[in-house]
Amino acid sequence: MTAITGYTALWYASRATGVVSLLLLSLVVMLGILVNRQGRLPGLPSFAVTGLHRSLSLLAVLFIVVHVATAVIDPYVSIGLAAVVIPFVSAYKPFWLGLGAVALDLIAALMVTSLLRGRISRRFWRGIHWLAYAAWPMALVHSFGSSPDLRSGGLRALAIGCALAVGAAGLWRLASTTRQVPRAQRAAITLEGSQPAGLARQARAGEGRAR
Amino acid sequence: MSKQLRVNPIDCSGHGVCAELLPELITLDEWGYPLLHPGPVPRRLERQARRAVTDCPALALALAEVR
Amino acid sequence: MTHSATLPPPGPGQGPAEDGRQPMSGRQLDGQLPRLMPAHGPAPVDLQGHLERFGPLPYRGAPHRLIAEVEAAGLTGRGGAAFPTHRKLAAMAAGGGPAPVVVGNGAEGEPASNKDKALLWFSPHLVLDGLQLAAEAVGSVTVGLYFHRNPRLRARLEVAIAERAAAGLDAARAELIEAPPRFLAGEESALASRVSGGLALPRFKPPRASQRGVAGRRTLVQNVETLAHLALIARYGAAWFRSAGTPDEPGSMLATLHHPDGRMGVVETTLGAPIADLLPQPAQAVLVGGYHGAWLPADQAELLPLANAALRPLGAAVGAGVLAALPGDRCGLAETARVVRYLALESAGQCGPCFNGLPRMAGALEELAGPRPSPRVQADLERWSGLVAGRGACHHPDGTVRLVRSALRVFAAEIGCHADGYCTGTSRQPFLPVPAETALDDQDWM
Repeated sequence: MTAITGYTALWYASRATGVVSLLLLSLVVMLGILVNRQGRLPGLPSFAVTGLHRSLSLLAVLFIVVHVATAVIDPYVSIGLAAVVIPFVSAYKPFWLGLGAVALDLIAALMVTSLLRGRISRRFWRGIHWLAYAAWPMALVHSFGSSPDLRSGGLRALAIGCALAVGAAGLWRLASTTRQVPRAQRAAITLEGSQPAGLARQARAGEGRAR
Repeated sequence: MSKQLRVNPIDCSGHGVCAELLPELITLDEWGYPLLHPGPVPRRLERQARRAVTDCPALALALAEVR
Repeated sequence: MTHSATLPPPGPGQGPAEDGRQPMSGRQLDGQLPRLMPAHGPAPVDLQGHLERFGPLPYRGAPHRLIAEVEAAGLTGRGGAAFPTHRKLAAMAAGGGPAPVVVGNGAEGEPASNKDKALLWFSPHLVLDGLQLAAEAVGSVTVGLYFHRNPRLRARLEVAIAERAAAGLDAARAELIEAPPRFLAGEESALASRVSGGLALPRFKPPRASQRGVAGRRTLVQNVETLAHLALIARYGAAWFRSAGTPDEPGSMLATLHHPDGRMGVVETTLGAPIADLLPQPAQAVLVGGYHGAWLPADQAELLPLANAALRPLGAAVGAGVLAALPGDRCGLAETARVVRYLALESAGQCGPCFNGLPRMAGALEELAGPRPSPRVQADLERWSGLVAGRGACHHPDGTVRLVRSALRVFAAEIGCHADGYCTGTSRQPFLPVPAETALDDQDWM
């Protein structure tokens, strides 16, 4: 391992992998919302969206592991192993790192349950998966608070871009819930479209699916 | 002891990922919901079937043991 | 041949061993009516009257014991499926683990059926007796009665339960659970869901309610009429029960009759009774079994007995005993279209094939019921029928398809007339009862 005085390679690695992790997590959340909305990426089949969502989440976890490991091993700042998973116990920037620990815990739960998908109950998996909406903001705030990198320049623009993109996707997700046809009226809506005069309307509405 | 595909029609939201991953056994009806090929899953397709089960965003597809 | 009591009803205190009544002749199959309905006119029976007529509740003292008698009696479920009751009881009694739950299902769901309401109104104690006996037979101490929300009926049932509590009759106090006015509310898994405190929405099977029902416990669901028969079999025995009905389909049954002149009534008759006796007025077609049943041409139906052995080969079934005779001046297609529209709107909205297919079928039928329908309509109907059957979590699509296919068969001539631009029906007045209100949100499924 290279020994450099001052800022070590490990510290740089941690910061770099942190930025990439944030970017990947943002993409994962947006793809997850796209899956939920049954959206497609242009020119790609549906399983590409689900596949990409999973692949990028695994990649994100990989980067997070490196991000955390390098931060812990690096002697420049004092971050114990415990602080990785237990929030707010680190000596260095306990609050901001604590948020990171919370995000990590949540992401670990997401990862474990998703790896066990099909072996655990659907309800349980879904319940845990909702925590993604908590994990990502934690990661974002942790990123802004832990490192001066994001306070200026290109990295700041990148981080703000991620925040806006995920925020927009989140709003889209929220809006679709309020616009959703109540289950009790799903047949009625289709019926409305089935009257001979409404056949054209029904065809445009796309197979009368509940979404 | 063979495996059979089953879909939970309540959980299924008509995503269609299953039909893309296992077109030999699953097609979509005119509303986007899966039509499952009846009968056991052939050995050679079991791995793909398992993938379809895991990849279903709604966890609506299952591989059941049938005697 | 009438369907009221021609012989004195069974006397009090006569158990299976003391069967000292008139000898059973093979020809007197419809003797001893009424059994379930009150003996002296349509007045609700209170506890005292009930005990005077039937004697005390004959508990067996331990689980299992009643089941052999039920098997010998050949009692089948009166909720529509006609499943052998003893098998349901035996399976529930044999299971291990925590004690099962027993629920009497009086939520018939069918707008055209009134028999469960009538039974609960006039003879609640027979049903409540049956609940206690079924609970004892399967080792249950948690007992419920499920019926469509109705304040007057609820009040009557509360009085009946209070009477029994005062007399110390019931081993397990029956809880009353109200169902929403939904067609599917009486479906077994919807019942389990509602009784558990949730919405009356059908669930995916497996597991069935008999495995995981109310509050996750094994649940025995029995139609209230089945329970009433059980209460009498426990007193008078299998041979007595078999003295009505046919050897393969024994017993009496409640039927809801819709006559062509508009009269509607609940009668107690026997399995095997000639349909012509029940519906003597001239008609063009008979709807057998309710809105998940099938149409039969009148000239065919009037030769048939009310028995599954005769009806099943023709694609129909006794079901929950609904018989509706369509008068000659109505259009069978228009009537069916109204019913299918109702069935579509009563979809729980959970399964894609159902909430997509049924409304489209309803629309197609409405077009068929009008002048010069598009030539595609029948092909669409057949395609959608094939697409929805068997692809829901419950049998709502299947039953609807049965009705539609039978209508297309029985009213084929009418379809031809409509294609030529005219309808043989001269009256547009609705015949089959279809409720106006539909569900708007989850509250309507509560």
